[in-house]
Amino acid sequence: MAQKLNFLKESASQTAGPYVHIGCVPNFCGIEGVYPEDLGSRMINDKTEGERITIRGKVFDGTGTVLKDVMLEIWQADHKGLYPAVNEFRGVADANFIGWGRSPGDYTSGEYVFETIKPGIVPFIDGKPMAPHITFWIVARGINIGLHTRMYFPEEKEANAADPVLARIEHKVRIPTLIAERTGDGEYTFDIVLQGDNETVFFDI
Amino acid sequence: MKSNQKPVSGSYFPRDRVRQPDAYTPCYKTSVVRSPHKALISMNNTLSEITGPVFGHSMLGDLDNDMMTNYAAPGETAIGQRIIVHGRVLDENGNGVPDCLLEVWQANSGGRYRHAKETYVAALDANFGGCGRCITDDNGYYIFRTIKPGAYPWPNGPNDWRPAHIHFSLFGHAFAQRLITQMYFEGDPMIPHCPILRTITDQNAINDLIAPIDLANTIPMDARAYKFDIVLRGRRSTMFENRMEGN
Repeated sequence: MAQKLNFLKESASQTAGPYVHIGCVPNFCGIEGVYPEDLGSRMINDKTEGERITIRGKVFDGTGTVLKDVMLEIWQADHKGLYPAVNEFRGVADANFIGWGRSPGDYTSGEYVFETIKPGIVPFIDGKPMAPHITFWIVARGINIGLHTRMYFPEEKEANAADPVLARIEHKVRIPTLIAERTGDGEYTFDIVLQGDNETVFFDI
Repeated sequence: MKSNQKPVSGSYFPRDRVRQPDAYTPCYKTSVVRSPHKALISMNNTLSEITGPVFGHSMLGDLDNDMMTNYAAPGETAIGQRIIVHGRVLDENGNGVPDCLLEVWQANSGGRYRHAKETYVAALDANFGGCGRCITDDNGYYIFRTIKPGAYPWPNGPNDWRPAHIHFSLFGHAFAQRLITQMYFEGDPMIPHCPILRTITDQNAINDLIAPIDLANTIPMDARAYKFDIVLRGRRSTMFENRMEGN
């Protein structure tokens, strides 16, 4: 008999359910006076450095129907490619940037919105650059375990073509599902499709 | 930025998908059209996954972890069985996870949520909002006070009821550790009948979501305690990888 490894096992995920707003964005769903504001509702302030951008989008199910009870979170580097995290050792990120945002889909339209800055370049494991990208995490009723994906920028054609994560996707026809549409100056639309022909690429990270 | 910095490695342990629910679980009907059908693309953790947001203890209000009073009128409390829920957030290496933000939400003691889309006939409690939060201490320990939520019916099968449960959202130190789950109560007869619990096929993984009664920490004549430990993904720590501080 060998020794036991004795590792613990990650707790199993359970759906966020239809009432995720109560715990995560209570002010949004009318529970006011408990927290001063909803966490993740402001990612930037007047002093944040970098190009202001707005990302909007909707999440669609396998029938093409918009989810109206979804919650999305994003995590991204600052304009220089530094993460505002305790384990960022390459430098000090912009103190006026949180890097993390949370947006519920609108009850009526299902649209989510993030007002942030365009991230800089972050190195891959081997030190080569990854194209500017934003990590997305999607939870909702009917989603048993949060879905991870990434949004890339359409104007970064060369960087996207050299991106080591996009390069891992065998079916190149699916890569466009990770690239936002530029709809105006600093305006992007990034829709997410949970299932079907145009299904967004999701990652097991 | 230091130009000669070695790339940071030290990935989190791969998620054990056998213990996790599949995306497509017909017993939970809503998952049928909300589940990706194509395979997830596996990738090693990059800096984008091994970093994560920081939440300071200073953001917490005094009543944030007391759902019994944080929505109640002055001098009043929510109706229901008074309970304390406490435990540790651990990683798969068995270490406590300090500075972990937990956000919790639940139905009131009658099984009714305070939410515009809630349709159950059970009464609202004017003194109960249903949200709470806390941040773990240096040992990964957390504690909050609430009332025991009620079971409630939901439109899935023709007669499905959720066992009493509290939703937990957790941030570790890395976005790769992000987790939402639910805590159940020992002895609840609805647990074996729950389609959402049945999305998990590993019975041990189900058992790990059921909090036992903790009489040792029960406050006599006041509130019963339930102990609930939560495990987040662990991280490789080897001298052949660029070690990060504190690891």
